[in-house]
Amino acid sequence: MSVGSVARRTMLTVGLPVVLVTAWWFATANSTNFFWPPLREILEAFADTWFSNRIMADVVPSLVRLLVGYVLALVLGIGLGVAIGSSRTLRGVVEPVLEFFRAIPPPVLVPILILFAGIGNEMKVLVIVSGCLWPVLLNTVEGVRGLDEVLRDTARCYGLGRRSQLTHLVLRGASPQIAVGARQALSIGIILMVISEMFAASNGVGFTIIQFQRTFAIPEMWSGIILLGLIGITLAFLFRLVESRALAWYRGLRMTQRGEG
Amino acid sequence: MTAALGLLGLLGFVGILELVPRIGLVDPRFLPPFSEMVAALGGEVGTPEFWAALGSTVRGWAIGLAIAVAAGVVLGMVIGSIPLLRAATTSTIEFLRPIPSVALIPLAVLLYGPSPQSTLLLVVYASFWQVLVQVLYGVQDVDPVARETARSYRFSAWTQVRRVTWPTTLPYVMTGFRLAAAVALILEITGELVIGSPGLGKQIAVAQSSGAVDTMYALVIVTGVFGVLVNLVARMLERRSLHWHPSVRGEVPR
Amino acid sequence: MTTPTTPPETPGTPAPILEVRGVQKIYQGKQRNVEAVRDLTFSIAAGEMTCIVGPSGAGKTTLLKCVAGLLDTTAGEIVLEGERVTGPPRGMAVVFQEYGRSLFPWLTVRQNVELPLKEKNLPKADRESLVDEALAAVGLADVHGAHPWQLSGGMQQRVAIARAVAYEPHVLLMDEPFAAVDAQTRGELEDLVRALWKRLGVTVLFVTHDIDEAVYLGQRVIVLSMSPTVVLADVAVDLPEQRDQLHTRSLPRFAELRAKVYELIQQSKRGVRPGSGDEHEQPGTAVAADTQSGSM
Repeated sequence: MSVGSVARRTMLTVGLPVVLVTAWWFATANSTNFFWPPLREILEAFADTWFSNRIMADVVPSLVRLLVGYVLALVLGIGLGVAIGSSRTLRGVVEPVLEFFRAIPPPVLVPILILFAGIGNEMKVLVIVSGCLWPVLLNTVEGVRGLDEVLRDTARCYGLGRRSQLTHLVLRGASPQIAVGARQALSIGIILMVISEMFAASNGVGFTIIQFQRTFAIPEMWSGIILLGLIGITLAFLFRLVESRALAWYRGLRMTQRGEG
Repeated sequence: MTAALGLLGLLGFVGILELVPRIGLVDPRFLPPFSEMVAALGGEVGTPEFWAALGSTVRGWAIGLAIAVAAGVVLGMVIGSIPLLRAATTSTIEFLRPIPSVALIPLAVLLYGPSPQSTLLLVVYASFWQVLVQVLYGVQDVDPVARETARSYRFSAWTQVRRVTWPTTLPYVMTGFRLAAAVALILEITGELVIGSPGLGKQIAVAQSSGAVDTMYALVIVTGVFGVLVNLVARMLERRSLHWHPSVRGEVPR
Repeated sequence: MTTPTTPPETPGTPAPILEVRGVQKIYQGKQRNVEAVRDLTFSIAAGEMTCIVGPSGAGKTTLLKCVAGLLDTTAGEIVLEGERVTGPPRGMAVVFQEYGRSLFPWLTVRQNVELPLKEKNLPKADRESLVDEALAAVGLADVHGAHPWQLSGGMQQRVAIARAVAYEPHVLLMDEPFAAVDAQTRGELEDLVRALWKRLGVTVLFVTHDIDEAVYLGQRVIVLSMSPTVVLADVAVDLPEQRDQLHTRSLPRFAELRAKVYELIQQSKRGVRPGSGDEHEQPGTAVAADTQSGSM
């Protein structure tokens, strides 16, 4: 790659974001509008607000709850999904019920689970689990069901035992579809992390941002919005990193198939 | 056969919902028996408030979805068809897309208060990306040979879009629509629940805070049924748009 | 039960390693049952190379899946090395037609070949040498680290063959393995199979719809009727053991055998079945009966 094309690509990648941020900076530089404070103030507020004990007091608890809930949902969803996907009868019985659960907008789980688990950490983790579960579960079912018949036969012919079939055939074969579910679940998890805190909490990012809004601490509120954005972007990036490693084979396979077709 | 099994599953599920609180496995104050939920639903259906709330939810969802689809298709076609524009916007789109829409809740409340507009902002923001990204995939998928052919016959730019780009993109638009429809519903309910704009979500919050647990469950069931209908219709429309295309796309709300 | 199509047990014939006895397969459908295979009986001697041909829709794949233990038979039994087949047996390896779908796309070529050996709990050193040998034998000594989808169709099928070879089976089943590769590659792969068969002394059951391929490869060609399937004829291939694409295919005897099998396939397509009234009027069957005496 020549220096010129590198420069060009860099320009194209960072050009627009730089222009947008600069535009924001100058458009609000002398803003006296209460709702749209200067970007400079927002950034100052960001440093003051989040680089203090709030990281430990609010950001970390939120992220821990998200992580615990998300991982539980993955384990549960994949486990149940494999079981349901492997049995035609079981699938027939539970599929309509699962479709119904999937269709319920996950945020309505918050008021329900408050009944059972109060407004503590358990409720929030439970909300995240019960919202993230369905996309993982249904996509795992789909992935297991879609396993190639010939590949199944091959595994049987070459004497792969149950354990080995599970790890080498079922989980690997369903992994592209599981990843689709896991990605959906991550987005839902972030939403639920935030709104479970907005709804009822005493700490957490969502709680803090709503407090700022209610007390009209506008630059701080903006800094919170930016923080949530950064959390979303970082988690999406981490997800992509893991996915691109685990599913490198799948990308390659798809690219060759597309090349042929 | 499958239908019978499914019915069996649904009946079994309803049976469990009925029995579990009755035999005391779960506190009926937290989970009333299914029959009480149904009774509460019957009561709700008779009230004008229920219909007003349902109407608000459906309206907010439909308007938000329509705006998102229109904006996503137009912008997607424009950006996708102009390589330079596409290259210049890729990083920005990749950056803005994962920003959770719920981050906008405080801003929406500040700007519009607990009004339908607040929720509309969330709905449009969240579902717009679904459509835009799918349309971009679609435009990229246009067969280069078809494009060259169109060019060699000196089709006008408009004819190229209409005869070459659009037909290829259509199935992707439908996929975007399906994903956006589900995401829009999630954000519509979220907005009503958290911001308090009128709709089923708000009624659920009200029922919960006033201790009308059976009504709350009844309303949750209504949102679920609406969700199922949205999924069914969207999937049907998607299938109608005939073309096979990668089934690896999934709904990603944020 | 009379089994007129079974080759007579002549003295000196090695004991059969695989016996298919009165196999019937009926698929239970929702509306109706479909009888794919009616009554198949034949046996294969150890070390034999047998080809099974039949027109499309002759239940070839059904038969093979039953032999592989992937499908249960409705009636009759399949006996491999004295034991009744109820599930995929240990001493058998299968090469499928859909090479692209029978290799694990998430494993490398080497891992694909090695996986069944790991399952056999072979020590690492043994596995390594078996995999190396098998890959070298199919001419793929230098693509260990590649993923199957990075290879051409012919090379993918070589990987599948290597996996089968490394598994050290006594019986190798091949289900139209070359139906999806181009003609030139096909010739090379046919020679590869012949070479491996000779070197390893393995028993090969090769299913194909290609008459030339069946005659070129086999010591014996079993012709199937249309579904519901029975054995229509059993033709011995008395071509020289040393075969090559150019000379063998231009031998007059090759042309004769080819014509014979071709005629049988045509009969099969017309719906001729042994025991039906037409049988005696059809010269092909007579030829087949004739050649049986010359088998082995």
